[in-house]
Amino acid sequence: MDAQAMHIANGIVNGTVSAIFAAFAALALAFCVWRARADLDDRLAPMAGLVAAFIFAVQMLNFQVLPGVSGHLLGGTLAVVLVGPWVGALCVSTVLIIQCLLFADGGLTALGLNITNMAIIGTAAGYLLVAGLLRVLPKTPSGLGTTALIASVVGVVAASQGFVFEYWLGGTTQLSMPWVSGTMAGTHLLIGIGEGLIAATTVATVARVRPDLVYALRRFRTPPAPVAATTAAAPATVSGGQA
Amino acid sequence: MGAGHAHPLHLDRPSPVHALAPEVKILATLLFTIVVVATPRTEFAAFGGYALLLAVVAVLARVPLAWLAKRATIELPFVVLAVTLPFAGHGERITWLGLSLSVDGLYGAWNIVAKGTLGVIASLLLAASTTMRDLILGLDRLRCPRVFTQIATFMLRYLDILADDARRMRIARLSRGYDPRFLWQVKAFAVGVGALFLRAYERGERVYLAMVSRGYDGRLPRPEAGGATTTDWAASAVLPAAAAAIALTAVLA
Repeated sequence: MDAQAMHIANGIVNGTVSAIFAAFAALALAFCVWRARADLDDRLAPMAGLVAAFIFAVQMLNFQVLPGVSGHLLGGTLAVVLVGPWVGALCVSTVLIIQCLLFADGGLTALGLNITNMAIIGTAAGYLLVAGLLRVLPKTPSGLGTTALIASVVGVVAASQGFVFEYWLGGTTQLSMPWVSGTMAGTHLLIGIGEGLIAATTVATVARVRPDLVYALRRFRTPPAPVAATTAAAPATVSGGQA
Repeated sequence: MGAGHAHPLHLDRPSPVHALAPEVKILATLLFTIVVVATPRTEFAAFGGYALLLAVVAVLARVPLAWLAKRATIELPFVVLAVTLPFAGHGERITWLGLSLSVDGLYGAWNIVAKGTLGVIASLLLAASTTMRDLILGLDRLRCPRVFTQIATFMLRYLDILADDARRMRIARLSRGYDPRFLWQVKAFAVGVGALFLRAYERGERVYLAMVSRGYDGRLPRPEAGGATTTDWAASAVLPAAAAAIALTAVLA
């Protein structure tokens, strides 16, 4: 547990920009809370907790890609596929808040920046891709795995560019922005591939064994399917009403 | 760790800081960090004052300084970033020991190291003196939306389930004479991750349904007498108030 995972610390980005992004993150999360209420049923509540725990564990894996430049997995796409965009963003932000308070990982005043990058930009980019790709790719476990892989790579790189944007707005030191942007994108491309492979295997396994748990597949289920699935799975799970 | 209520950074000590209500500690840490970050980077004396305040809290909380120093290494990646700034920065440059250093970069490096370290130590003191259960209770009392506390409660429970199941699966694999550790054996790892996820979910789902059938409604039962007393609020307000006083004197002077 002593891995040196690290989010943006205090003092990297100046106070004004931090405050603006904190307000932005609070607004976006309030919207997510409002939308998540409809989603969070008896099946999704424990799943949201597990996804958060999984992301927490995965964020402990830190890649030292270049000397001094490290990054870690984000897990936004995994959350989007399994629990949907609203609850997914909340899962990632819960992880960030707990890491900040209990593990001193990431500055308290930089929490808004970290949430904006990882929970909002990363998750939103992942969700848009998942929603788009699933229209084209087959709705099978391997199709879902491929979707998760691609969406993870793009989501992680988008989140890293969020940091670049914030640093450009309010970095406490003048650095050449193309250099920062290039380093972050390169690092996170590799991280995204690693993350994508983990997300893809997890999602594909879940889709194979318990397709009822995959949020991204809910929309594509034809009406008679849940009835058949519920009767088949009746001994294993509590046969509640289909949400 | 057995009960699943402790976390790696918690230090169980009888101390006045541990006895404070969690919500006042969270708020005090947050306010203190905001004051630190808002301080202009050239006020070197003020940062010394903040460090002194944290040292007093550490002594009161009976947290050894060596423990803090060791845990503070979590910010090392950013310190490494800070070391490169004087070389990579722009603007006016000075020469020191034959090295050409950027003045702006030097200030930037100091800024990151000073504010980062103070923030990490403040968070470490909070973590050392607060259990997970208390932290969630504190967030709940600070009117944090219930969705968050619910996800956080389950997350903290699932962390132990995940770790336990991972250990069991590893022992099962080793006892069958298979120990994948090379890149071409990555499939075993991948299959293991998926299986771990499902096993943990199914255990957690049973636990959740058991909780629901015993009346769980999204919020854990709260101790009746709980809540911060006026003394708690007053005691915890000393830290941010002292920090704000230091900042004001430094800026005005």
